[in-house]
Order: sequence, then C-alpha cells, then structure tokens
Amino acid sequence: MSDVYLNGKYVGITENPKDFIDRMINERRKNKAYLNLNFQHSEAEDEVRIESSKGRTRRPLIVVKDGKSLLTDKHLEQLEKKEISWSDLVGQGIIEYLDAAEEENTLVAFFEGQLGPEHTHLEITPLSMVSMCTSLVPYGNHNQSTRLNAGSKNQKQALGFYASNFYVRMDMDVNLLHSPQIPIVRSVMHDISHYEQHPAGQNIVVAIMSYEGYNMEDAVVLNKASVERGFGRSTYFRPAIAEELRYSGGLIDEISIPDKEVKGYKSEHDYRFLEEDGIIFAEAKVAEGDVIIGKTSPPRFLSSLDEYNLVSNVRRESSVGLRHGERGIVDFVLITENSEGNKLVQVRIRDGRIPEIGDKFTSRHGQKGVVGLIVPSEDMPFTASGIAPDLIFSPHGIPSRMTISHLIELVAGKVGALSGRFIDGTTFHSEKEADIRKDLESFGFIENGTETMYNGITGEKFEAKIFVGNMYYLKLKHMVANKLHSRARGPVQLLTRQPTEGRAKEGGLRLGEMEKDTFVAHGASLLLKERFDSDKTTVPVSEQSGMIAIKDEFKKRSFCPIFGDNADISNIEISYAFKLLLDELKSLCLYPKLVLENKY
Amino acid sequence: MSEKIFAEYKDRLPNKILEDLKNHLPPKISAANLKEIFRLVDGEYQQAQVDPGESVGLVGAESIGEPGTQMTLNTFHFAGVAEMNVTTGLPRIIEILDGRKIPNTPMMEIYLKAPFSMGKDIKQIAQRIKETKLMEVISEFVINIAESTMEVRLNSEKMKALQLTVGQVIKVIDKNTKNCSVKKDKEEILLKMRGKHDTLNEIYKLKEKIKILYIRGIKGIQQVLPVKKENEFVIITAGTNLNEVFQLDFVDTARTISNNIHEIEEVLGVEAARQAIINEVYKVIENQGLNVDVRHIMLVADLMSKTGTVRGITRYGIVSGKSSVLARASFETPIKHVIEASLVGETDQLTSVVENVMLNQPVPVGTGLPGLVTRVKK
Repeated sequence: MSDVYLNGKYVGITENPKDFIDRMINERRKNKAYLNLNFQHSEAEDEVRIESSKGRTRRPLIVVKDGKSLLTDKHLEQLEKKEISWSDLVGQGIIEYLDAAEEENTLVAFFEGQLGPEHTHLEITPLSMVSMCTSLVPYGNHNQSTRLNAGSKNQKQALGFYASNFYVRMDMDVNLLHSPQIPIVRSVMHDISHYEQHPAGQNIVVAIMSYEGYNMEDAVVLNKASVERGFGRSTYFRPAIAEELRYSGGLIDEISIPDKEVKGYKSEHDYRFLEEDGIIFAEAKVAEGDVIIGKTSPPRFLSSLDEYNLVSNVRRESSVGLRHGERGIVDFVLITENSEGNKLVQVRIRDGRIPEIGDKFTSRHGQKGVVGLIVPSEDMPFTASGIAPDLIFSPHGIPSRMTISHLIELVAGKVGALSGRFIDGTTFHSEKEADIRKDLESFGFIENGTETMYNGITGEKFEAKIFVGNMYYLKLKHMVANKLHSRARGPVQLLTRQPTEGRAKEGGLRLGEMEKDTFVAHGASLLLKERFDSDKTTVPVSEQSGMIAIKDEFKKRSFCPIFGDNADISNIEISYAFKLLLDELKSLCLYPKLVLENKY
Repeated sequence: MSEKIFAEYKDRLPNKILEDLKNHLPPKISAANLKEIFRLVDGEYQQAQVDPGESVGLVGAESIGEPGTQMTLNTFHFAGVAEMNVTTGLPRIIEILDGRKIPNTPMMEIYLKAPFSMGKDIKQIAQRIKETKLMEVISEFVINIAESTMEVRLNSEKMKALQLTVGQVIKVIDKNTKNCSVKKDKEEILLKMRGKHDTLNEIYKLKEKIKILYIRGIKGIQQVLPVKKENEFVIITAGTNLNEVFQLDFVDTARTISNNIHEIEEVLGVEAARQAIINEVYKVIENQGLNVDVRHIMLVADLMSKTGTVRGITRYGIVSGKSSVLARASFETPIKHVIEASLVGETDQLTSVVENVMLNQPVPVGTGLPGLVTRVKK
C-alpha cells in the first residue's frame, strides 16, 4: 500500500505500486497516456510520484526490453530514408523522455554492447549527457567536469563569424574574427551545428614550455610573426545612436552642426567631421572626443512665460561623441525613423584589433590566458625542422587542472595537420589516443608528441624535449583596449567632491577601507593623508561659534553665520566629505561646534 | 660573578628569559663569555620590543583577520556513541570575540585524580556527572482512566546501571508532586490522584511533569564521553557546569576546563577568563592549520578583560567605551551615537585613527604621532 502523489498533491493510494507504475509506463509507451507524464516509485518513502508539471528537465533515452534495444537497424534505415521521424519513434514508445525522478528507477547502458537483462534504457549517445556547447570540447571524456564547464563557457565568449549578414546589421558591441578556421580536431557536434558556417577560432602551433617567465600565471606568449600573418585579428563594431526626440510644447531635438551660440558648444575642431546634415561621413578616422552626430536639444525647464525670455531660450548641445579612450573608423551611416516617426541616425564605428599584450586567448579546454608577451619570430624557440610555435603555453597550467583533453588535442592536431585530415575527438566516441600516437610515429616524430627544440635567442638546444603540436585556439571578447583605464586628475562627484567611479566616467580607483588599514599598520600617517586628499577643501571657520563661516567672494571676506563680522575667522583644511557631514548634522538640528586649536 | 651579572639584568629582561639562561648555560662559563651572551640576549630582546607609535591593534586585527578568510566553517564531530559536535572555525572565533554569554556548543574537559584518571570506574563516574532525568529510567506509563491512577514502570537494567533503587525514585517523585499519593507496587510505582475534579487531565499533566524530573548527576551536563588522552582518561561533556563539577572529589580541579568564557569568569575570575579567551582562540586557529602569533590574540584578550569583566568586541561591548563620537558612529548604528552625543554635548578630542581619517588629518600613529615641542615666546 503506497501513497500516490500527482505533482506533489496527494491523490490516493495503490495496492501494488510496481504494477501500477509498469502499467502506466506501458500506456505512455503505447501513446495512450500523456507523453509528458513521468512516474517514480520511491521505495524509501513508499510513495508513487507522478509528475506532469512544467519546467522539469527531461532527456530522451532508447527503451530496452529483455536486454535488447527497441531501436533496430530497420528504424535507422527508415530514418535515413526519411520515412519516419523522431516524433514517430517517441510516439511508438521506442524513445522516451525521462525526468530526473523517473531516472532514479532505471538502469541506463552507455553503449549497445554493454546491454544486459537488467538494463531498462540505452543512451542514444553518451554525448547527450552534455550540452551542445560542451560537446564541442574534443576528448571531453578525459576531463574533470569543472574543466569541461569552463571550456564550454569560454567558447561562448569566443570571437567568430557570428552572422553572415554582419555588414548590414547594427549590432551593439560585437566582434568579428578575421580569417576564422574550422578545427582540425572536431566532434560530431561541429557537423550537426554547421560549425563550418560560423567558425570561431584558428588552428595554431602550440608549444608547452616556459618563455623567460612571460607566460607564468596562465599567461601565453605569442609569436609576432603569427600576429602579423593574421592570427587573432578582429574587428570591433560599436554603433552611435542619435534620435530627434519630441518634447512637450512642440519642441524637438535637431540633428545638425550645432550653432556657436548653443549652450555647451565644444570647439570647431571637435565638429570637423560633420557634413551639412550634422552627421559624420563614412571612413572618417575618429578618436576620443570627436563628434559623430551633431545634435541640439531645446532648453530645459521651459515654461510658457520663458518663451519670450531671450536669455533662457538658448538650445543645449547634446551631440553624440566618441567616448573616453575610444577610437575607430566610421563604417556605416544609417538614417531612418523610429516607430514614432522621429528621425533616427545610427552610425557604426569599426575598430581593427590586432592581438596585443593583455588580450585573452583560450583553448577549448578551459585553459584561458592573457597574452604576456609578443616575441619577434627570430627569438621564438624552433624545432629541428625550423617550425616556431605561434603560441607558448605554460606547463604549470596542466598538473593542478588535469585537463588531459588539452594534451590529447595537441597531439591529435599535430597528426591531423601532418596527414591533412580531420581528427574525430567526439566525447566518448573519439579516435583512440594510442592510434593517434602510432600515426604520429609513422610521420617520423616521437610518438608522445615531443620534439627537440632550440632556444630562439641563443640558438642552444634545450635539454628537455618540448611538447609541441597543433591546437584550435579562440580569441575571447575581453580585450584590453576595452578595459584599459588610468586617471591622475579627472571628474569629481557633485555632492561629495570625491572622484567619480568607473572607467566610463574616467573614475578613480578607490583606496578602500582595508587598503587604508595597511597604511595605518605601516604607520605611514602622512602618506595616508595625501592619498585621501582628493576631496580636501579649505573652509573658513568662526572661532566664536565653531560654525563654518560664509565666504563672500565679491567683498573678499568671510563672516560668521551667528556673530557676523564680529568673529575671528580661521581657514582650516578638511575633507569636503566632513564638511558635508557637518551640514547633514545641521539639517538634523544638531549643532556641531568646531573647537580650533593651534597645531604648533 | 655570574650572580652579579644576573642581578644587573634583573630589571632589563623578563624572568622567563633569565630562567632559561640559567638552565641552558654551561656551569663553567667564563665571565667574559657570560657578559657577551647577556649583551647579545639583551640586544635581541630590546630589538623585539614594539616601537612607540606602532599600531599594534590594527596589525593584530589584520593578522587574525587575514587567516580568518581561509577558515572553513566545519564543525568537529566526535566519533562514538554520543552524538556530539563542537563549533570550531570562524563561527567559534566570532562567538568568543563577541563575548557571547553561552557558546553554541558548551563543552567541558574534566580531568580526574589519580586512580580514576587511569580508568578506574570510568563509566560509573561519567554516569554520575551526567544529568539524568526520570524519563530515562522509565520504560512505560500505564494510565487507568476508571480509577484515575497511573502506573510507572521502570527499566530495571538502566536502574542498575545508574545504581538507583525504586525507593529513591519514589522519594524524588513524592517530593516534587502535589495532590497525589505515591506507592510502591513490586517493581512499579503507583500514583493516585487525591482530588476529584478533572482528574484525567491532571494525570496527563503529571505524566509530563514526572518525565523531566531531575534525579541524578550535575545539572546542565547533557552528554558525557570518556576519552583516552595520552595515557589518561578524560571526560568530555556537552553542557557545562564548572562550579558543581569542581565540588566533586575525584575531579582534578587544576586542569579541568570549560569552553564557556563567562562561566570561567564567574568561577575562576577575570584573569582566568582572559587566559581562556587566548587558549580558545588559539586552539581554533591551530586546528585550522593556520599560523598566528599569540601576542595578537593576547592583545585582544587584554582589551576584552581590561575593565574587570569580559566584554565582547561589539557596539555594546568595547566599542561603546570608545571616547570618540565619530569613531563610535563610524562602527555601527551611527544615528544613535550622534544623537546621544548631541544630547549631552560631547566633545570629540580627535585622538585616534578613524576620526582623523574622516577629517583628512594625519592619523596619530607611526609618523603622525610625534610632534615638535617648542617653548612659545611670550
């Protein structure tokens, strides 16, 4: 006697739970019960759980009866001839979808050869255990799951040929890899997903060794000649958008070269690229601060009375310019209108990106790293046959991460390149590592993939044999050009007069609470004061009232808010934030009185 | 000769170092050598001293705080029958430094005197320490509704283990109940209600009351676990009662400890509590395989116990004692501190670090501490 629950709600009892579930599953396989039902018998609680709710992840498996797969060669033949389809197989109960709960009561065989009488299901392919993106990792079955995860995440950030109509698209913030290639070591998922139509990486020669310490801590060293030949080059597209917005009172923005009278007019130089329509021309080489679309807006806070007031009737400058630190070439200009009928201008700016120190590259195994050095080809180590690697990867990245697939791909890629064929590295179905090694040996190489190499700087032979081969490398979208940031002086916040925050606002880097503590711990008292001087101000203080005095800039004198001119005023240097605190205390009706004392 | 040199350094070096020197120096040492050794030792010692203006508190906080980030939150489990675990790691350190009244897992380590420490009657002794409630020796209750009586059947095996007689149990029940007669009926106890009204309800209430009656052991000790520790039996307990355990004649009071800092303060005084803080914090840090100098912890313990009672490092404890309004306000609940300070017209002398950072003035530590003293001409 066990309780039966439908979607977690109690619905009744059953005398014989096993029979009940078997019968229900049979009904489902005969397509007589809903296909989205799943059944589980939990023996520990003696409960039958039926699930039909949304949001369960379910996966297809081949049904096995008496140790034999229900999917026969005949079905495969029919499938190939397109006489039947996937849904027919599901409808006939040959393939069924199980959720996590029902899977608990099953025994699933990996391969057909392993089938025994105790098995209830068969994997369609073991590859179906992993996602589409993860199955793009070659030799994935040799890895830890965490590395596999990292590897598939990295691939999502890779630059590639993202859309064949990229030239007519106005995408925000996209990258396009120049001359992408399809991988030598591939999996069936590359075929299924038509990877050749949108490849995202390049096949390069990788040596696993250290190079003058410039590839420590996951960095990689690039060959300058490879970069010059086109490795990892990409284009970065970013649109600038301006719209003629309409405001209440019939006022409207105007896209044009701003008048010199306009409030906030920059300088003639900044507008030099604009054509008569106020829009930049294509192929203009622009840099930081240059205006791309000239635009003026009606004055703010315009009431009906002010309409006749000449002073306030000045339009505001609201042009779209290039942001701080950006550069590029105007690629494409589009003039159209939006859904409300307003004029809309979009300008696409392109910027060529050649790999530089700080750009991020990765293999398909979660082995990401940043370029630490770009070495002239003549200084790169070379093999006996004169091949200099395109990239040098640090051996310290391997032991702790245990990405065996990374190593196998290197050898497999080498064999593929030498024999001019693709290597199948599909997870669980790959070509055998031993066969690949044998192939490599047949080409006259050492079967483990190592080669004698020579120091590119001195010409000396390296004592150790270097593991070198071909790999598929991806350039990731994180490029230094988009992240580089520094500031000496710059904008401050209005309220606190402290530096702004973030790269976009040319902000400062915060010396935080804990960093402050380190200064105190060193006893570097005056250095600490200097670091916090960013918002220092000099304020006049009335000695009598202890209040901050009022400074009259016209008459060049200060007076006390309580005692007026009868007070002694002293100028003190404090942080503006503290002055703000005093003001806030005053707004709470507290009287913060400063008692001044001569420091010396 | 050597006595003279020892006497010379008596006030310059601590006793511990002098003693170590005395024990380790070869007996026949020349005066010149001895002098040179003392000169070097003195030099080393003076070198190790903290300089004026060193921010010892902050260095201590960083030294404890940084390894603290690496600590795991594991609780330690005792293998064995008794289900006991002990809070360790960061939660335990927070608990100690906050000065909580009762730790999350109160625990004692009871050391025993000579014959018992070798394992004599260890099980009985452990049972004597453990607090036993009546429920533990009762096998079942039988309630007769018609006659409104209740039979209490006892578990004779457990009774034997605890060396209890039925008579003793009856005494305990009799003492703690009203309105009912308690009688012995062979190996059972018969309870009969005397009142007439609503007797059934009363019987049920009585049953619950009897269950939690205290019959034996030391109150507050829920679990006992005899453990062999370096050729000696030690009883580890869950729950603490230092005062009453010290009354037992077989307990080695010199070494027996509790992990409840406040209990130690009550029983043994604030100096013992200070040492307990040091030991407990250090134990946790050591357990995690981290390396922190004891002196940092000693400083914290000194600060916590300097007023004569243990106070935690919280806004109610030590921080409330700070003289600066701004320093207190910058820690927690700023509005409360600012308003209270304004009500009494407090003055902030700006003598410590936080206030001066807020005003962008040099902080009075390190290079900011010394000032020039000149005679002002009049």
